[in-house]
Amino acid sequence: MAASELILIWAFIIGFGVIMYVLMDGFDLGLGILFPFAPDDTARDVMMNSVAPVWDGNETWLVLGGAGLLAAFPLVYSIVLPALYIGVFLMLAGLIFRGVAFEFRFKANTSRYLWNWAFAGGSTVAAFAQGAVVGAYIQGFETANRVYVGGALDWLTPFTVLTGFGLMAGYALLGATWLIMKSEGYIQDWAYRITPPLLVAVLLVFALVSIWTPFIDDMVRDRWFSAIRVIWILPALALACAFQIFRSVRKRYEGMPFVATMGLFIFTYLGLLVSRWPYVVPPEYTIWDAASAYDSQLFLLVGLVFVVPVVLGYTAWTYWVFRGKVRAGEGYH
Amino acid sequence: MELDPLILSRIQFAFVISFHAIFPVFTIGLASFIAFLEALAFKTDNPVWLRLSAFWTKVFAVVFGMGVVSGIVMSFQFGTNWSNFAQASANFLGPMLSYEVVTAFFLEAAFLGILLFGRDKVPKGVHLFAAVMVAVGTFISSFWILSANSWMHTPAGIELRDGIFHVVSWTEAIFNPSFPYRFAHMGLASFLTGGFVVAGVSAWYLLLGREVEANRKALSICLWLLLIIAPTQAVLGDFHGLNTLEHQPMKVAAMEGNWETSTRVPLLLFAIPDNDTQSNHYEVGIPGLASLILTHDIDGEVPGLNEVAKDEQPPVALVFWAFRIMVGLGLLMIAVAVTGLLLRFKGRLWEARWFLQGLRFMSITPFLAVLAGWVVTESGRAPWLVYGMMTHAEGLTPSLTGAMALFSLIGYVVVYALVFSAGIYYLLRVLYVGLEDQVVEEEYDSDRPMRPLSATHVPFEYNKPGMKIGKFGPPTNQGGSQNGGI
Repeated sequence: MAASELILIWAFIIGFGVIMYVLMDGFDLGLGILFPFAPDDTARDVMMNSVAPVWDGNETWLVLGGAGLLAAFPLVYSIVLPALYIGVFLMLAGLIFRGVAFEFRFKANTSRYLWNWAFAGGSTVAAFAQGAVVGAYIQGFETANRVYVGGALDWLTPFTVLTGFGLMAGYALLGATWLIMKSEGYIQDWAYRITPPLLVAVLLVFALVSIWTPFIDDMVRDRWFSAIRVIWILPALALACAFQIFRSVRKRYEGMPFVATMGLFIFTYLGLLVSRWPYVVPPEYTIWDAASAYDSQLFLLVGLVFVVPVVLGYTAWTYWVFRGKVRAGEGYH
Repeated sequence: MELDPLILSRIQFAFVISFHAIFPVFTIGLASFIAFLEALAFKTDNPVWLRLSAFWTKVFAVVFGMGVVSGIVMSFQFGTNWSNFAQASANFLGPMLSYEVVTAFFLEAAFLGILLFGRDKVPKGVHLFAAVMVAVGTFISSFWILSANSWMHTPAGIELRDGIFHVVSWTEAIFNPSFPYRFAHMGLASFLTGGFVVAGVSAWYLLLGREVEANRKALSICLWLLLIIAPTQAVLGDFHGLNTLEHQPMKVAAMEGNWETSTRVPLLLFAIPDNDTQSNHYEVGIPGLASLILTHDIDGEVPGLNEVAKDEQPPVALVFWAFRIMVGLGLLMIAVAVTGLLLRFKGRLWEARWFLQGLRFMSITPFLAVLAGWVVTESGRAPWLVYGMMTHAEGLTPSLTGAMALFSLIGYVVVYALVFSAGIYYLLRVLYVGLEDQVVEEEYDSDRPMRPLSATHVPFEYNKPGMKIGKFGPPTNQGGSQNGGI
């Protein structure tokens, strides 16, 4: 296998891991964001129960992504993490709080409200930090000689705040449509009700980012306005998905809103990737610059060939076992 | 005062890794103990083994859960605070750490679920197999981490080209010179940790007169195991020390507080080493003993710190005292195990309440010894991050400022203080409820997969003072919660 092929395989694995993480942890973070606004505590039980069996499997993708990035594209790991130092800390702190809240809320009686707040707060902070990471990635990083040389808060700009709120809205939308699929009665009614406004918020950020980005970066402008026009199909498909969400909510379909939201995420993600391809640490370094040694990539790939199918199979099996509605008073615990 | 990002990053790493390390050190030992109990249950059909195994599996689940949560932080530390090191060593460390994640996931996905929730759903043999696989899995997990760590002490199988380490031999890099010793030393440390915790908790139950038959059996097994493991660890530690003498002589010099290369070096019992004056204050020692231990010859030559420049010496007082704490606790453990044997011969093991009380307090000592040991080995490597090849200062993230490092350090301390005091508090609740909790098990039975902490049904709060142990009703009786405690 040629070195360039191996690097492409790894780019695909990491890219796939990222979207898997975003989609899967996205809806359970989204439920955390919606948590304080739920109609009552019974609804909160249902929300949490609907993701309790799967959320930690979802977060495994993040850990695997972190370690995989170090192994396959160490330059990304060693530039992006220092650049996002404060943001990474906030994200990890948020994830720890919500993870522990997940475990202890079910065991708690009188202290339950504390775990409610830990779950909602942790999810919200983690989602915002991840959204800001997306924005920082579009913005690019100040580097010299393969190290980050910018400041501690370069990642926090009006643009990244916008993408931070955008991803919060996006995750909340994933959470709401997931809840449509997994709940019934007044909880489902509530989820149907909040979906359109969330979608409007997402589309608003989507539009603002699309207008803003070409002004930030010449390369992105060229990519979209002078190079291959076929990539315009990605935003078009994303908008079609958005329309599908509106339509299916109006018709009160149960599964379609969630599927269409996933589509919206996937096409937006692909749009983002083609804006920057093959740069992984914009504006300087491509995947070819960032890759680790051939031997190291190969050494790990051998193991992953066996493990990733198991992980995917296990994930699919878990979701299959937990398919269907979650009813109030009927937990998995 | 100028904030030094290097010092702060080192403190932060020491803090998060110490917090993380205490959980796996315990779970590795406990997993083997559970597999052992399962094997006894399989062979003898005595229900006591099953009850013990079921109880300790729950404790395992809680500690494992906390290890996973604190582990998430670890996979990002190299990037945020040690990015130059991460970039330079990624070719080796990246695959090692990834394989660890993959092993841990595999373990959790495939076998942990069966061990925790499958007791009544799979044949007995399969359950035993799962217990053994979980135990093996914890070792494979630590294999990768300790290999990566050992490589930083005794780098091998690599070539430094343009500031990046390239692996030239995976076998030599993975099985680097200090790895076998460190792996064995940590493996036994895990067994000691598991053994002393189980012994301490069982002794506590016995003092309260709870579940006497089962807890006597558990304590008896532990004391036999400790009697073998504690002295073995001392011997193994000696080998590990000799290996260190060969590859990292300055670490040994710091451990001994030996400033000048000389023969007939005394074993210091007390001293206050001082890097500034390059000497010890208030020295009390046994003449010639350090030479005898390290070279097996009373006239043997022991390297001194004067062989390297002052700025290449480790912080001697820290290494010196951490080493004495570790060894002192190790000797205490041997003494306790031998005392147990003597009491057993006299037939007074169950009457000697002072001994049972002592065992209670001993359950904290392996954790202290392990942390002290890591301080010795990690601080003893200073100023090197990769021994002889890259210093801490070279490995640090260039863009990191003192203020950023201080912010995250305080942040981690606050987050960990909140989260892990809740976790440890909950663990104590599980221990308090004890073996008697198993009566309510059936009510929560479900054929669906669950997460580690789902294995216990102990409520988070201490609900009613004076409530009888074993009377924890399902939480549906406790004010409208439907999901009934995980």
